[in-house]
Amino acid sequence: MADISRAAAFALPPQAGRRSVWLQKATKTVLPHLLLVALAVLFLVPFFWMLVSSFKTKETMFTQPIEWLPRAWNWQNYPNAINYPGFPFLRFLWNSTYYSISVTIGTVMSCSMVGYAFARLRFPFRTTLFNITMATLMIPWVVTFIPTFILFKELDTFTSNLLNVRLLGTYWPLIIPAFGGNAFYIFMIRQFFMGLPSELSDAARVDGAGEFRIFWQIMLPLVKPALMVMAVFTFLATWHDFFGPLIYVSDNRQFPLSLGLYAFRAQRTTEWALLMAASTITTVPLIIIFFFTQRYFLEGIKLSGLKG
Amino acid sequence: MQRREAIAGLLFVLPWLISLIVFTAYPVLASFYYSFTRYSITQAPIWVGLANYTQLFTNDGALRASVYNTLYYTFLSVPIGLLSSLTIALVLNLNVKGIGLYRTLFYLPSLAPPVAGAIIFIIMFQPEGGLVNSILLFFGIKGPAWFSDPAYAKIGLIILSLWGVGAGSLIFLAGLKDIPRQLLEAAAIDGANNWNKFWHITIPLLTPVILYNLIMGIIGSFQVLGAAFVIGGTTGKPQESLLMYMVHLYRTAFRYFNMGYASAMAVALFLVILVATILIFRSAHSWVFYEAEAK
Repeated sequence: MADISRAAAFALPPQAGRRSVWLQKATKTVLPHLLLVALAVLFLVPFFWMLVSSFKTKETMFTQPIEWLPRAWNWQNYPNAINYPGFPFLRFLWNSTYYSISVTIGTVMSCSMVGYAFARLRFPFRTTLFNITMATLMIPWVVTFIPTFILFKELDTFTSNLLNVRLLGTYWPLIIPAFGGNAFYIFMIRQFFMGLPSELSDAARVDGAGEFRIFWQIMLPLVKPALMVMAVFTFLATWHDFFGPLIYVSDNRQFPLSLGLYAFRAQRTTEWALLMAASTITTVPLIIIFFFTQRYFLEGIKLSGLKG
Repeated sequence: MQRREAIAGLLFVLPWLISLIVFTAYPVLASFYYSFTRYSITQAPIWVGLANYTQLFTNDGALRASVYNTLYYTFLSVPIGLLSSLTIALVLNLNVKGIGLYRTLFYLPSLAPPVAGAIIFIIMFQPEGGLVNSILLFFGIKGPAWFSDPAYAKIGLIILSLWGVGAGSLIFLAGLKDIPRQLLEAAAIDGANNWNKFWHITIPLLTPVILYNLIMGIIGSFQVLGAAFVIGGTTGKPQESLLMYMVHLYRTAFRYFNMGYASAMAVALFLVILVATILIFRSAHSWVFYEAEAK
């Protein structure tokens, strides 16, 4: 693009040309930045406001005119939120971590194995099963969640009578399905395995390696970036999940952060500052993880675009 | 060896096969079955024929309100969201310096948990002394009561949805980066100006990504739940203005324990999503450009 404008400038008288090039360059570099900075500020305002509000008090929350920065930084809000009677936020933090990590492990394990089989192993009905898998991408979650709940309720009566193990009120109904896999990620990881040269696995097979060893020791390490993409997005989605725990988890102490935050807002409607402190506690872990795994997020976004 | 491979393959897909049967096929079929029954969980389902569907179409005021709210939300948030994310992507694609930083900043809102995002917006859109109305007041405008006013609550929810458009613009940006430079340069040599290049090269080559974002946006908006639920509760306060279809479905199933009727609602939404997707794909032939076809 720059080449073209330079070429155009040559056609003009030298004096006018230099000025218009300078002007063009200025508008081309400054204008986009102005726009982008304005937009970025707009996008960051809610985070800024969350942080600032978490240091205010009930009284200084909604003042006229507003306080852009709190006059007194009320650090006490954080310990107060964490120790709030009936809302053990540290416990919620642990529950969210446990839930997200379990679902992530389950999803990565199952999807990589299934995706690998679809890409590299020949077995009967492979194409049929893969086509069915792709068709299930069209099935929204809304049409499965009620019978799934009823299924786990039935199972719960069974296991609690027979084995003294409860399913309802725990995370098991949300974690077990993750170990079965998920059509979108199976498809994604299959595409990655398809791209690997077959010489590697053939050579290993000649050397007498078993299929699982070929998968685990040779093929899996080669798709590590794809596994990371799957892991970060699954972790994020599970941390965000509100509806799953809302249906299955009923005991206060078992809540994840999203549900704890919701319950806190529903019951303590005026504790705005503490609510903002709790929101910060819910959001910050994700931002920290994001900064360490950014390139996988960007990679994953590119992949979802390619699907279109 | 062939046989060993086949056995390994079947073992590898076994978890997924079980999951397909137990967590997909069975629930879909069961949803259809339950939709023809009255079922409160505590008692066995009773076959009622089409009664749930007749009620769905003729005799449920709350449902009508929820359909209206959901469509209102979808028809505003999806097009505005698409336009804004595309615009941001186009600006990011101008070869500006520090694009990495901007990408990060625009993606950050997608990290905020929906519950936290909703609560932040409740505070920012507080009628008296909230951030938004204070700024409006500075410019001499008296802001509405937002989430306390049935006429503005959905607008607030749409603005909240726009906070997350950054993820969509990164998808668009990836699509823009895939447009071959040679095409744009060749057009420039042929005398095309920037506008011509944008309209006749960039946009047509981007249409597959637009299609993807459009379908994902519509499917997502039809099932909007988290933020509406946090702000409006199960009754869609104020005055059912935030009662979205999924909120109504949730309370029918898990507050009223009317599993049969909730299943009918779920099946109806499933069919609507299916038909909408098929219609958009059909229309795609006239506006989506596929490179493979052109060759």
